[in-house]
Amino acid sequence: MPSEQKLGSAIVDTVFANMVSSQNESSLLSSEGDSQRTQYPYVTGTSVIGIKYKDGILMAADMGGSYGSTIRYKSVERLKQVGKHSLIGASGEISDFQEILRYLDELILHDSMWDDGNSLGPKEVHNYLTRVLYNRRNKFDPLWNSLVLGGVKNGQKYLGSVSMIGVHFEDDHVATGFGNHLARPILREEWREDLTFEEGVKLLEKCMRNLLYRDRSAVNKLQIAKITEEGLTISQPYSLKTFWNFAAFKNPTVGAEGSW
Amino acid sequence: MFRNQYDTDVTTWSPAGRLFQVEYDMEAVKQGSAAIGLRSKTHAVLACVNKANSELSSHQRKIFKVDDHIGVAIAGLTADGRVLSRYMRSECINYGYTYESPLPVGRLVVQLADKAQVCTQRSWKRPYGVGLLVAGLDESGAHLYYNCPSGNYFEYQAFAIGSRSQAAKTYLERKFESFLESSRDDLIKDALFAIRETLQGEKLTSTVCTVAVVGVGEAFNILDQATVQALINEFEISGEQAPATASVAEEAAGDAAADQGGAAAEEEAAPMDI
Repeated sequence: MPSEQKLGSAIVDTVFANMVSSQNESSLLSSEGDSQRTQYPYVTGTSVIGIKYKDGILMAADMGGSYGSTIRYKSVERLKQVGKHSLIGASGEISDFQEILRYLDELILHDSMWDDGNSLGPKEVHNYLTRVLYNRRNKFDPLWNSLVLGGVKNGQKYLGSVSMIGVHFEDDHVATGFGNHLARPILREEWREDLTFEEGVKLLEKCMRNLLYRDRSAVNKLQIAKITEEGLTISQPYSLKTFWNFAAFKNPTVGAEGSW
Repeated sequence: MFRNQYDTDVTTWSPAGRLFQVEYDMEAVKQGSAAIGLRSKTHAVLACVNKANSELSSHQRKIFKVDDHIGVAIAGLTADGRVLSRYMRSECINYGYTYESPLPVGRLVVQLADKAQVCTQRSWKRPYGVGLLVAGLDESGAHLYYNCPSGNYFEYQAFAIGSRSQAAKTYLERKFESFLESSRDDLIKDALFAIRETLQGEKLTSTVCTVAVVGVGEAFNILDQATVQALINEFEISGEQAPATASVAEEAAGDAAADQGGAAAEEEAAPMDI
């Protein structure tokens, strides 16, 4: 059909034009076009969800590492402990997350080497990460992650989030990626200040199940982590029960014959 | 101490294992006007005697706010003290920027001590000629530290440095056991008493001393002259002996002190102060 062809050629023209122009640009005016730095992520984790509950923080993340549209790795631990008081969950490029864990390891090590009874709490770690991520963004070489940082120190619960461009905030419930669109509306309705552990887990599972149905990079193998004043536990991986017997799923093309 | 052949360089040991330049440095601290500090569980107070070169000049600033939760009083070469205060402020700001959290005093003090140590081990440097009383707050409560030009630091319940500080130390040694549980106002009162001890008979008025406080719920602040004078009057210590039992002496000195407090402000040709 003529209009489609015109559209197709227009797209091809634009792509060619971009390639040509970036080669012609002088190095003084070089943009991300010929940067040697991170342009896009390769192996990525999907959403992380975190909520405050009565005794501390609960966080959930699945164990998938996608390679584009392939679900390549299915045992990636995206929830990790940071020092005595904090828990980090990461989505985005897994190798950048590993790099961040190395930074945090060094940070916590130097903190404990002071050996003076003081220790970095979740608020301090969150701020440190914000500075790191924002500075990398300023150098056009971001660590391609969205992080959730939670913890409890001296009875104070803390939950925050920071993105790859350094946008950071604290809240009673946070999520990354698709979690922002699919999980947070549920949390806005159903989160309460004094959730018990069981209620919190049920709430997280409800969100994760939703993500499992609708996020194509979600895998049905997740971990839930809990951090309280006493300490941190990360659950063994487990799966959620799913229900596919919905009428719409049973006959998906009933409204559009020929589609799949 | 007398001159000897091992005291030219800070990097020269004496046969007895002493670094004379560092010891001379500590002498410089002893020449400065007195500064004292004391602390309870929740508050720390710094006070110092203000020396002025002449009646025409201003007082030397000896107490510096380093951050909302840390302040420092210096004795010795005030120029060195100013430079170190600037370093301390810088460290606090940088820590606060990275971690959104106040720098724990204990860590600042160690950084300061390490900085001072460097100057005792470089032939092209000289040690900082100033002793610092660092008062601050952290998670575990109020703290008082003394940083020495030698690079040593100690934590104290109460301490005094500078000229005639021994008199203040004697007073503090008598009373320090009660400081931990003292109220903020009692702590300030004891600080003023201690300062008075170093004045050896000179009248204690707010033109001669500076007092600063930091505590839980109270950012580090230097009390203004009027407040200090009112406290001095209230505690009736402007010229009277420190009462053995507070109640008896306060009653007796009550009227006399009130008159004196008012008169003193007019009588004294106070040196220019800012």
